[in-house]
Amino acid sequence: MEYNIIDARGRSCPEPVIMTKQILENYNGEIVKVLVDTMVAVENIKRYAGNQGFLVEVEEAEDEYALKIRK
Amino acid sequence: MNTDKGKIIATGGIIGLFGALLVKFGNPVNMGVCVACFFRDIAGGLGLHRASVVQYLRPEISGFILGAFGMAKVKGEFKPRGGSSPLLRFILGFFLMIGALVFLGCPLRMILRLANGDLNAITGIIGYTAGIWVGIQFLKRGFTLGKSTTNSTAAGYTMPIFAVAILLLLVAAPTFIFFSESGPGSMAAPVTLALGAGLLIGALLQRTRLCTAGGFRDAMLIKDYHYMIGLIGIFVFALLGNVIFNFETFKIGFEGQPIAHNDHLWNFLGMSLAGITAVLLGGCPLRQTILAGEGDGDATITIIGLMAGAAFAHNFGLAASPAGVTTNGKVAVIIGIIVALAIGLSVIASVAKEKAARLKKREGGVEVGI
Repeated sequence: MEYNIIDARGRSCPEPVIMTKQILENYNGEIVKVLVDTMVAVENIKRYAGNQGFLVEVEEAEDEYALKIRK
Repeated sequence: MNTDKGKIIATGGIIGLFGALLVKFGNPVNMGVCVACFFRDIAGGLGLHRASVVQYLRPEISGFILGAFGMAKVKGEFKPRGGSSPLLRFILGFFLMIGALVFLGCPLRMILRLANGDLNAITGIIGYTAGIWVGIQFLKRGFTLGKSTTNSTAAGYTMPIFAVAILLLLVAAPTFIFFSESGPGSMAAPVTLALGAGLLIGALLQRTRLCTAGGFRDAMLIKDYHYMIGLIGIFVFALLGNVIFNFETFKIGFEGQPIAHNDHLWNFLGMSLAGITAVLLGGCPLRQTILAGEGDGDATITIIGLMAGAAFAHNFGLAASPAGVTTNGKVAVIIGIIVALAIGLSVIASVAKEKAARLKKREGGVEVGI
């Protein structure tokens, strides 16, 4: 499976959302994977992507989160 | 989604109601909850400035920090972290406070002032929105303060321990702590009520992440009105609270408002400075306080910057008063705006340079490969 990966770990609000926004604005059908390390970033990205009509799946591992975003 | 909306309105509502109630029980008018004013009072209480009318160790602040700390611990979100441009954060925090003290209030007090009829807050809101718009332009062009990394546990406990120390000093009241005998610093709700309100608000804000800068920023940047709805919640419930509990102080207009002045240009520019700096910092003073409780060392440095800004503001006569804005204060706001813009532009230039260097390196690598 091909992924566009964004590493937004350690970034403070609202940078993870802006990085996700920039990729989703040119969404090419591939799953976008966003790595973050705070729940705030998870919630903000989920809300933003959800509002844009994307599906978001969250995986948690060792205090980090991977969000898989697709249409 | 609807439960989220309910939670953010309820959080805003509780802040708004306590904003009114704490005034009823003794806090200065329109200052039931004000993060900038309260850090300014704490800086005064610790003797960092000697403005005798604004010195008190506000227990609400300890409550915000400890409420957020406790909730973050329970939810497994307490994470000692830091190292994202601490010096720039200190400087931005410093000037955020200067902007707030020229307007006379942080963005939260701006909303509470409006909810008690002070129309000067509208000028402030326009300035804050303009500042946030400017900050967003930097974000869109790649502004970042860089990544934070995991810190030692001791670093994460800095602010919670500071919060406990403030409470102990408040109760013990040793002679080296300053307590105002007149003016806003002498007006305070009972410690238990102020602390209880602070703890509740801190815990709720840790969960809902409400931020005054975030409300305006997200509405403009990504058309997300989640936090904005929370801010409207603060306004509506503070308005109701004021009408019910503080009707004798409720007055609509620009003139003679409590702890405020009606110098429109400087109300606008003061809050513009607060807006730009809050966006570059990733959150308003209230949000920084909650983050500091969660172990965020970058937010802690920002708060130390806020308190240093407050100390300078009163030592150098930069802070405004109901009599108006001082010349020193005007100069400081202009310097602050220039510094914030310079930091924004310089960071963007550095980020672009690094990106170009990375691309060049990658191209070089391909050539070697060929």
